[in-house]
Amino acid sequence: MRHSSGFRAFRAIGLLVFAAYFFIPLLAMFDFSTQVRGSAEGRTWDNWAFMVTDEDLRSSIVASLLLAVFTVVLMVVLLVPTMVWVRLRVPRARALIEFLCLLPLTIPALVIVVGITNVYSWVTYLLGDSALVLTFAYVVLVLPYSYRAIDASLSGIDAATLSEAARSLGAGWFTVIVRIIMPNITGGILGAAFIAVALVLGEYVFASLLHFDTLPVAMAALYKSNGPAAMAAALASMILVAVLLVGLTFLSRDRHKQGASS
Amino acid sequence: MVGAFQDENGALTLGNLDALTSEAALTALKGSLILSASTAIIGALLGALLAYLIVSMPPQSLMRRSTLAVSGVLAQFGGVVLAFAWIATIGPVGVLTKAMDDLVGANIYGSGWLFGLPGLVVVYCYFQIPLMVIVFAPAFEGLRPQWREAAVNLGASTWDYWRHVALPLLLPAFLGALLLLFANAFAAYATAAVLVSQGQPIVPLMIRQAITSEVLLGQANVGFALALEMIVVVTLVMVAYNVLLRRTARWMR
Repeated sequence: MRHSSGFRAFRAIGLLVFAAYFFIPLLAMFDFSTQVRGSAEGRTWDNWAFMVTDEDLRSSIVASLLLAVFTVVLMVVLLVPTMVWVRLRVPRARALIEFLCLLPLTIPALVIVVGITNVYSWVTYLLGDSALVLTFAYVVLVLPYSYRAIDASLSGIDAATLSEAARSLGAGWFTVIVRIIMPNITGGILGAAFIAVALVLGEYVFASLLHFDTLPVAMAALYKSNGPAAMAAALASMILVAVLLVGLTFLSRDRHKQGASS
Repeated sequence: MVGAFQDENGALTLGNLDALTSEAALTALKGSLILSASTAIIGALLGALLAYLIVSMPPQSLMRRSTLAVSGVLAQFGGVVLAFAWIATIGPVGVLTKAMDDLVGANIYGSGWLFGLPGLVVVYCYFQIPLMVIVFAPAFEGLRPQWREAAVNLGASTWDYWRHVALPLLLPAFLGALLLLFANAFAAYATAAVLVSQGQPIVPLMIRQAITSEVLLGQANVGFALALEMIVVVTLVMVAYNVLLRRTARWMR
């Protein structure tokens, strides 16, 4: 479609305005994070170094990263066999599983926290009060996104034929899922893992209301005493998440290309 | 998970619904509804505009692909980090506040509107607009050029085309996206929790106060009641959304 030059100018200006709205806060954050404390002159990277040197902040970063890893592992271990099993053996249950997996998307996270506080007093009693017990809540939280990612790639392969072929060659269900199905849906699993990591690193509602020290909670607390350092940590986590999500879009585009050529 | 919800229903039967009709709860509900509705409308209009600007670019252009990718990232971008970003921009010592003060002598920080309801509107739009772009761009892509050519062949002007062809086609999708944005804003919590430290202008913050308060004991059940209120609102919105989605699907084949 051809556009008039007036429209082109309007489009350029419009995009610039939107870009300003979206990028000025990010630049402001960067500016803020390199300031010397107490509004003195000059620039410094101390606030970025603070992430590594400060004991509390470092432990919260470690906690958040570990949480992300555990959530991804638990999510894959739970979701993949269930989805394969449902798809091959009980197709009738598919609607139910889909409904259950998409449920956390429609219920506000805050409401889930309110409901889960009683459960968590038992969980912390049984497993200790390390932040890692949040894994169970986070698995529920990432379900909708990971379900869609895995479901999409599972629909792309002929799971029934593959597993029947493997079974007739004497493979057990474990072998079928781990060595036949999973290598075929790596793209979907990777996508699910990316988005899970992104969500876990930014999750604040559960952690703050259940009183666990994850990265966002530590940042919010730190902001009250040392603003620039908190900004630096926030920007760092934001950049990590952005890289993950952009990687995800590239990944899905590659998958589309494969689908188109084959 | 589902069991946990039934637990709280058990507690509700003891009668905490009275608390929902109290002055504070009604104010918070009103604040939440105003916030969600205004950010949904602003986000939807601006998001639709941005989506149109993006879709009008050639499909293979780098600009179009990267703006869509960035929208995908920004729509997920919320919570603590977002609150920080805005404090750094137009907070009391924010970059933009200082710049405006130096250049034109205007005080855009004012008396701290960023930390009240108006501030939340500006901040929420930051993730509402990209979400609208993601949800609504496919609707624009679904507008086939043939329809426009057909309309022009029959003697329609650009205005006629938009008024009688494009808008009626886009309307269900637009309303559906509007409801989605509404639910999204209604459920958001983290950004508001960091920005607003005094008072409870919206329902999620009131729940926070109810379940973490150390001053008033026995408030937890009020929190459950407020949570139920949120579920009711979100359920209504989602039911309406599904109805609209079914209407939209007719044209998206």
